[in-house]
Amino acid sequence: MSETTLGGIAGRMPRFIRRADPAVLTAFACIVLLLFLGSLYSRSFLSPEYLLQQLKVASFLGVIATGMMLVILLGQIDLSVPWSVAAGAMMACAAAAYGPVGVALAIPFGILCGMLIGVVNGIGVAYLRIPSMIITLATNAVAQGLMVVYTGGFSPQDSATGAMRYLATGFGIPGVPNAVIIWALIGAAMVFVLTRTSFGRTVYGIGNRERAAYLSGIDTRRVVMIAFAVSGGLSAFGGVLLAGYASKAAQSMGDAYLLPSIAAVVLGGTSILGGRGSYLGTVAGVILITLLQSILSVMQMPEAGRQIIYGVVIVAMLLLYGRAPASR
Amino acid sequence: MKDWRYWLAEQRGTLLAFGIFIVMFAIYTSNHPAGFTANVVQTASNKGVLLAFVAMAQTLVVITAGIDLSIGMIFLLTNCLASWLVVGTPMQTTLGVIAVLAVGLLCGAINGAIVIYGRLQPIVATIATGAVYYGIGLLLRPFPGGSVNEDLADALTSRVFGVVPASLVVLLAVVLVIWVPFSRSVLGRAAYAAGSSETAAYMSGVPIRRGKFAAYTLAGLLAAIGGLFLTFFTYTGEAAYASGNAYTLFSIAAVVLGGVSLFGGKGSAIGAIFGALAFRTIGDLLFVFDFDPLWQPLFQGVILLVAVSLGAFALFRVRNRLEWFL
Repeated sequence: MSETTLGGIAGRMPRFIRRADPAVLTAFACIVLLLFLGSLYSRSFLSPEYLLQQLKVASFLGVIATGMMLVILLGQIDLSVPWSVAAGAMMACAAAAYGPVGVALAIPFGILCGMLIGVVNGIGVAYLRIPSMIITLATNAVAQGLMVVYTGGFSPQDSATGAMRYLATGFGIPGVPNAVIIWALIGAAMVFVLTRTSFGRTVYGIGNRERAAYLSGIDTRRVVMIAFAVSGGLSAFGGVLLAGYASKAAQSMGDAYLLPSIAAVVLGGTSILGGRGSYLGTVAGVILITLLQSILSVMQMPEAGRQIIYGVVIVAMLLLYGRAPASR
Repeated sequence: MKDWRYWLAEQRGTLLAFGIFIVMFAIYTSNHPAGFTANVVQTASNKGVLLAFVAMAQTLVVITAGIDLSIGMIFLLTNCLASWLVVGTPMQTTLGVIAVLAVGLLCGAINGAIVIYGRLQPIVATIATGAVYYGIGLLLRPFPGGSVNEDLADALTSRVFGVVPASLVVLLAVVLVIWVPFSRSVLGRAAYAAGSSETAAYMSGVPIRRGKFAAYTLAGLLAAIGGLFLTFFTYTGEAAYASGNAYTLFSIAAVVLGGVSLFGGKGSAIGAIFGALAFRTIGDLLFVFDFDPLWQPLFQGVILLVAVSLGAFALFRVRNRLEWFL
């Protein structure tokens, strides 16, 4: 892509656009395009109720993608998302069976279980130097095995607690779903951590070159481990919200979130090799993916067609702006 | 150092996998109620061969320092396709088999083209193409069903001369026809070199792009052979998402057990085959010892976790702490 023409066009634009990442701009442009296409198909597509509903659905993916982004910024990947989500949801529902104390601690307990999975991932990646792709696949399998043994092969009887349902579907502020507020809070915290704390700078530093970060006197291994723990915790929290949304936890509820969470982060301009990317891009990616899924389901596309279009769109968009620089 | 020492160092992973497999299989057969009979071996080999093909496919890609997370989905897709095409007269069946293999080859080539010429990261690219392949599989078989030429299926899943399982013979043939020529060809060397050090390989004038492309393409072909065999065993095609994912996961486990380095450039498909057979045998040990099948996923997960953690022992040999970070 020629830098000069891009610079020439950008030079005439307001400052905040000029400073923005072209990938983020492309992602937002695609959102507008999708909204336009959707409105051609159905009038109600641009109604505030529908858009707010989309934002609510997006917030579950948004919470999960936030953790995924932290890990991808390190140049690693977390493939244990499916069963971290499921474990968080199922354990939170399970805790609710143990009286009032269990109900009160259900949500923290679910998140804790996710963090435990994340800590195992983190120890494997940071201290044992196992490739993240492998260790997270393995912990995913172990988490699945534990959940299968726990439930005896069936979905647990326990349903979501009132608090979980309130967080996922309630309206604390009239007109704004709680899930969206939660995503906004988590997103704001993430932006703060990434841009205003030394931990955040370290994450970017490790993503660029872990060796250099280590030589600068940073305990890179601890940072990597914390990042994985946070990712596991956020996945589990996403699962808790999903359980609240669906009023119950199910075994395969996390399967549908692995590809979308990676795709959302990468489509938002975060480099899969780490060290580069902004949270705004991830927000754009999450909304983009949610809208795409929504349009496909509004068009009553069967599951097969949805998967095909979905995969093709992701590959096409990555080819548009997610390519690695040509070697040499 | 003598030549045989180099050979031994190169084959250490393969030999280790072979050893693990022999030990596990000995435990398995000695505790099996029927003992070491042709029937037990045939059943075990029929189950193991499926994973062995997929693991071989994964090895080819892993050698180039890539990964193919769509391999299980290619396996599913070709299974669904075979349940439509591999039927009828011998002539039609032959054409069907060729078509299924060609589709596998095409899937692999698409992966390779996107990763190498599109310059996308293999993880993301193959997750996305995997979704596409799964979608096509689901389109072909929204519900489990279909049929297969049963004469061919029975011939390939029975025993040759009443002793040797036919599936093992096919596996051996595939190794001799695909893996051995590939690993000794210029392209195969290029795939190894690209995985070992892409820059150095490029400087030496090795055709790395063609080598990697050949590796991805042949991986698709091998996954398709696996898909064909799945059809021969089950007589049906089924697009089960969980099963495709499990095969992808198990193929990685088998590759790791088989001594193939996930950083690329090291290992062989033979090792991965023994890794796959060992992994399957370990999974089946539970049945021999009469455990509840519910424990199987956890058991396999723990084995996977332990197997990948074994790689961490290399850390003890690190003299300079900077070598922790690649």
